[in-house]
Amino acid sequence: MRIENHPILAFADAATVEFTFNGQALSGREGEPIAAALHDAGVRVLRHSPRYHRPRGLFCAIGNCSSCLMTVNGVPNIRVCVEPLRAGMTVETQDGKGRLA
Amino acid sequence: MKEVDIVVIGGGPAGLSAAVHAAKMGAGVLLLERSQALGGQLVKQTHKFFGSRQEFAGERGFDIAHTLMEQIAQQEKIEVWTNATALGYYPDGVLTVKRNENFRTFRPRKLIVATGASEKALAFPNNDLPGIYGAGAVQTLMNLYGVMPAKRVLMVGAGNIGVIVAYQLLQAGVEVAAVIEAAPRIGGYWVHASKIRRCGVPILTGHTIRQAHGTTQLTGVTVCRLDEKWTMIPGTDTLFEVDGLCLAVGLSPLTELLWQAGCKMNFVPELGGYVPWRNEYLQTTHKNVYVAGDVAGVEEASAAMVEGKLAGLAAAFALNHQTADFAADYRAAKQQLNALRSGPLSAKVCHGLCKVMLEEAM
Repeated sequence: MRIENHPILAFADAATVEFTFNGQALSGREGEPIAAALHDAGVRVLRHSPRYHRPRGLFCAIGNCSSCLMTVNGVPNIRVCVEPLRAGMTVETQDGKGRLA
Repeated sequence: MKEVDIVVIGGGPAGLSAAVHAAKMGAGVLLLERSQALGGQLVKQTHKFFGSRQEFAGERGFDIAHTLMEQIAQQEKIEVWTNATALGYYPDGVLTVKRNENFRTFRPRKLIVATGASEKALAFPNNDLPGIYGAGAVQTLMNLYGVMPAKRVLMVGAGNIGVIVAYQLLQAGVEVAAVIEAAPRIGGYWVHASKIRRCGVPILTGHTIRQAHGTTQLTGVTVCRLDEKWTMIPGTDTLFEVDGLCLAVGLSPLTELLWQAGCKMNFVPELGGYVPWRNEYLQTTHKNVYVAGDVAGVEEASAAMVEGKLAGLAAAFALNHQTADFAADYRAAKQQLNALRSGPLSAKVCHGLCKVMLEEAM
């Protein structure tokens, strides 16, 4: 969900772009981290851990912790907290360690 | 391989300040920042800073960041690389860097490491569920990108970050169920704590998390009381139905490059973990490696900026760059840092610093 009214901050308008999450059509703001667009859409489960397949979400949001690794445009292990959203991206939940094609 | 006077790693408050002051002395500076933009965590700080005018007291964090970035832009001696991650620093003095998808090497005469810190996690059952965030992550989502992290949040930690971010959550329109704190008293400034109390948010000291609940994501958190020995008291469980849990339980310095450089390190809990030994010039036991900001010990951004100035001046001076007012400038910055650390909340930091301060210049 987006913040509508903020007492201090004004958020610059960016172009709306379409992308897919596990095949589902979603939209977000161009250039914002993929994770921000997913959060806006209510998607918080980003991957499943390699050994126990536990759901994992965003934790640090600045590219430190690797909790948010997803498969983007077929490439696994993308930190979606720092990867800018572009039009037409294919974003998928990652299971396990991910394999390079 | 490119030769550079000084490479500064990290474009947060410490790194920006180090780069500006080294360049003012006449040194050539390459400033490396791994993210897309400069400013570090300052850009998401919406609260007004304390201290004196020299540390931008009364200004909001993001405004301070912009002031520093303008100073950087005015310095022709500074080259800025964003999307550039320092990968390693080797015994032959070579620094390797990944910028976008390219690999580059440098041989800096001096290196200023200002890599900051990462957020600590907390051990409790189900602490890996989606919906459990570091406090900084919540700030990033809300204050940079305008996205709410959850509808109803429980905050863990009543230090400055905990109480400030709790207030920022309210400003963003997120409900804050409570702030819990394991210690018997509030650790943050009371001006921040009072704000959230006035908004009706309870601050529960002597409380901790027993466990988080949820299958695919967070649905609730059970909290319990601690006795004076910090053990959980049976029968004191309270369930908070929340979809967000925010951990503000401290930071840990990002010291990987210092370890690799072979800097002598010491574990200092008061400073957040392992930190490098350093002399009064912020020079580590590696004569070409300087430190500034949270990587040298977790403190506030105001202190990080002054440390950056000291490290920048000292590193440039060590390369024989001179200005007429160097000595006075340096002494004033030292006094400024001492003043910042004179408050009661800084006693812990000062105690920690004593454990890693080298007596003599390297």
